[in-house]
Amino acid sequence: MEQILTQYMPALLAGAWITVQLTVVSIPLALVIGFGSALLRQSDWWIVRAVSATYVEFFRGTSELVQLFWLFYVLPYFGIRLEPFTVGVLTLGLNLGAYGSEVVRGAILAVPRGQYEACTAINMSKWRAMRRVILPQAIPLSIPPWGNLLIQLLKSTALLSLITIHELTFQADQLNNDTFETTTIFSLALLLYLIMALILTFCVRLVERRFGGYVIEGDV
Amino acid sequence: MNNLWSWEFTWQVLPTLVPALGVTIYVTLASFAIALVLGLLFAIMRRSESRWLSMPTAGFVEAVRSTPELIQIYFLYFALPQYGILMSALMTGILGLGVHYACYCSEVYRAGLDGVPQGQLEAAASLNLSTFRTYKDVIIPQAIPPMVPALGNYLIVMFKITPILAAIAVVEVMRQALNIGSHNFRYIEPITIVGIFFLVLSLISAAGIRYIERWLHYKILE
Repeated sequence: MEQILTQYMPALLAGAWITVQLTVVSIPLALVIGFGSALLRQSDWWIVRAVSATYVEFFRGTSELVQLFWLFYVLPYFGIRLEPFTVGVLTLGLNLGAYGSEVVRGAILAVPRGQYEACTAINMSKWRAMRRVILPQAIPLSIPPWGNLLIQLLKSTALLSLITIHELTFQADQLNNDTFETTTIFSLALLLYLIMALILTFCVRLVERRFGGYVIEGDV
Repeated sequence: MNNLWSWEFTWQVLPTLVPALGVTIYVTLASFAIALVLGLLFAIMRRSESRWLSMPTAGFVEAVRSTPELIQIYFLYFALPQYGILMSALMTGILGLGVHYACYCSEVYRAGLDGVPQGQLEAAASLNLSTFRTYKDVIIPQAIPPMVPALGNYLIVMFKITPILAAIAVVEVMRQALNIGSHNFRYIEPITIVGIFFLVLSLISAAGIRYIERWLHYKILE
């Protein structure tokens, strides 16, 4: 018991802190990329739509771990040397951004057609209609699936232990190598992940309660 | 070999990468089979009348779903031998992925089972069918078609997560690429080839699932 408090917990909490940092930095990146590429997908120019669609299919189609190793091992050949932390955040942001882009696109398409027609009828520009009418209805729809994606993002931070970031999984693995107290250490680490996931879910619920009230039911 | 992309090296590494891709596919299919069977079991246990069965199952499913696969697999890999259960890394990996995605599949099953109208259950009860026969002959045949697309998506998700088994030294395609990279000090070709493998195979399987989905849709309309 004493060992848990003096030896295991400090190391695991230090790892959990890095996990929190990775998650907190990656979430805005994924949100910006997700919303950005979903909006580009609605563009009038086919080339912009094609670029956005290619990005989404590419990052959804290849494994997250392959993307991680590609950025980690291959970017240096192009003369780009990034810190492992940056590579990790970039991978998480780009990967979850691609999934998020589909979520946002689905939400935009779920806004009833009549809303688009009404905007055209009062001669709103496309961008203005998106900003004032479509997105305010699409965003609340997209909050619950975004919640699932953010949990996925939190879980994906464990992969970054493979590029030597000292986050929670890495610390648990190291402690296990030193002490062989496998069951205790990994149970504690899993518990910490569970707590972080619950906190994240709680935050998403708060956002949902604050902004989820504007969903228009049925065809308007 | 100083240029950015060497075709010579590409042709040299391809023959060692392709067999490793077979391991990846084997792991995917084997763990998907576990996930399908175990997931159904979890879903039925979660629907049980007894709270002593349904609540622990719900807790387990939620806990597994919200913690990373990688650390669960490490856990199995290091902890099982300490309890006297000896398995190869490959088997541990398949088991770990299988259990993790069984929890996801159980949610799909649960939604599918809940989608079967209540009247069907009542009809089965009035015919005095046992619980086992109710599920086998009444509920499951009706619940399966709407679940196929979601389960298919998990097959693709599992395929893309198999590279994490590289962490417990299973020589699947990603580990093989990294091994080649570290032997030759060239990572660009092997990792890019692996990326292309994944892209092509997941696009093909996504198209396949869309095809099955459409086929089932027609089947139901008939």
